[in-house]
Amino acid sequence: MLTLIGVLIVVVGFVLRLNPLLVVTCAGIATGIAAGLDLTAVVAALGRSFVESRYVAIVWFVLPVIGLLERSGLKERARELIAGIRVATTGRVLLAYLAIRQVAAALGLTSLGGHAQMVRPLIAPMAEGAAESRFGELPKVTRDLVRAHSAAADNVGLFFGEDIFIAIGSILLIKGFLEQNGIRIEPIHLAVWAIPTAIAAFLVHGTRLLLLDRRLRRELGGASGEGAA
Amino acid sequence: MISLEFLYVLMGLLVGGVALVNLLTRDNPKRLRNALFWGIYAVTFLGGSRLPDFANGILVIAMVLVASFGGLGQGKTDGGGREAREASARRWGNRLFIPALVIPALTLLGTLTLKRVRVGGAPIVDPAQVTLVSLAIATIVALAVGMAMLRPPALAPLREARRLLDAVGWAAVLPQMLAALGALFALAGVGRVISSLAGRWIPLDSPLAAVATYTLGMALFTMIMGNAFAAFPVMTAGIGLPLIVQRFGGDPAIMSAVGMLSGFCGTLMTPMAANFNIVPAALLELPSEYSVIRVQLPSALLLLLANTTLMYTLVFRF
Repeated sequence: MLTLIGVLIVVVGFVLRLNPLLVVTCAGIATGIAAGLDLTAVVAALGRSFVESRYVAIVWFVLPVIGLLERSGLKERARELIAGIRVATTGRVLLAYLAIRQVAAALGLTSLGGHAQMVRPLIAPMAEGAAESRFGELPKVTRDLVRAHSAAADNVGLFFGEDIFIAIGSILLIKGFLEQNGIRIEPIHLAVWAIPTAIAAFLVHGTRLLLLDRRLRRELGGASGEGAA
Repeated sequence: MISLEFLYVLMGLLVGGVALVNLLTRDNPKRLRNALFWGIYAVTFLGGSRLPDFANGILVIAMVLVASFGGLGQGKTDGGGREAREASARRWGNRLFIPALVIPALTLLGTLTLKRVRVGGAPIVDPAQVTLVSLAIATIVALAVGMAMLRPPALAPLREARRLLDAVGWAAVLPQMLAALGALFALAGVGRVISSLAGRWIPLDSPLAAVATYTLGMALFTMIMGNAFAAFPVMTAGIGLPLIVQRFGGDPAIMSAVGMLSGFCGTLMTPMAANFNIVPAALLELPSEYSVIRVQLPSALLLLLANTTLMYTLVFRF
């Protein structure tokens, strides 16, 4: 039971809103000690797995380009472009992105998207721009809501698209695990059974995006713009 | 052969550059802390593979301490000023999208082709890392296109990278820290303890109870571990295979596919999946780390219900 101390620290730390970096580090050290390692071994284990997982940070390599383009007005341009398309609303822009992201991931093209490369410089400004062209300058709460929805569309599209592709990590993991337990299954059978959930995800999240449009209309009113009706 | 190590050197130079810009720009009262934090991070990229594990561990703890006590700051220099940006947007118009779209387009092209490119019989790119290497190459090309087109001051990309990286702050290293926590959890056998607890306390004498425990357990355990991949073997060995498949005769393919997707519902709801949930909140400068999770919560819960229903109706029928 003592081995669960790390889980407890994480839950309490996140609930109390302590700095997550500190909470996670403490949980790791406590778990290691509870498992009977000495402090040097715990610190070494921490260092080894931190260094081994440096690949997750490579996404930050795009920041110089993204920053350069932002400085040159990329976000402003993305906003204007969407503002010029009459039928574009926040919900529809994000619905289109959800569809593209999900289909691309289902074809194995999971790199076509991402928060640093797509959401911050392009998708979020477009979603904001669509709302601004109808309702004028957005209150901060609304702008933040639209941004959070932009990030969510990327995640939902990726998660519930990728498992339809037969060579994705999770499918290979399932296949390997079942094989160890004496069950042989072709990846295609796993991929096929990911389709019902993928459809459900598109329906559920897509509906919520269209409801977001309704909420924006209700909260920001039809005071400005003909598209508000 | 271009391997991950090559990308780590590039990352080390970038993060080290960000540390230097922080040190030399006097617009941030906490610039020394920022410089120290990014400086240490740069060392883990440049020297991490050669340093002993213990030294890396000390570097990591030093970063955590710098970030947690006193905190990091942000400079005041915004990306060029609003009016300059709007003028530039009018001047360049849709051409601004070219470098931005070069990144996904070339990443895609590289992912599809680089695996097969060989020079003298040896692959030029580590086949296991094609996507990341493609992303890096695409980024370098996009940067070159952007520089040639926009002709900004030579240091502009580095200054802008510093603006963005400081905006993300400590959240930038949280995914790696969570990977380290996952490794320690595995070492201590946290998964085994949790699945034995679940098996002991929950009555699983009906197919519906077994299915619901498995899907909810996948989501819950994924929330704890931050990763459905860590939850899947534990939950499937503990509940899925012995109960759904062996006792009630369910189909293992359906159970596994829908089970994994139930885990993904958990991923949408947990701060432990930092690169999907916490990092974008920082990247989009949202007021709370939980802003993205809050928006995802209703979809995640509805889909978890959908997965449970789907599994219950399908798994015993095929």
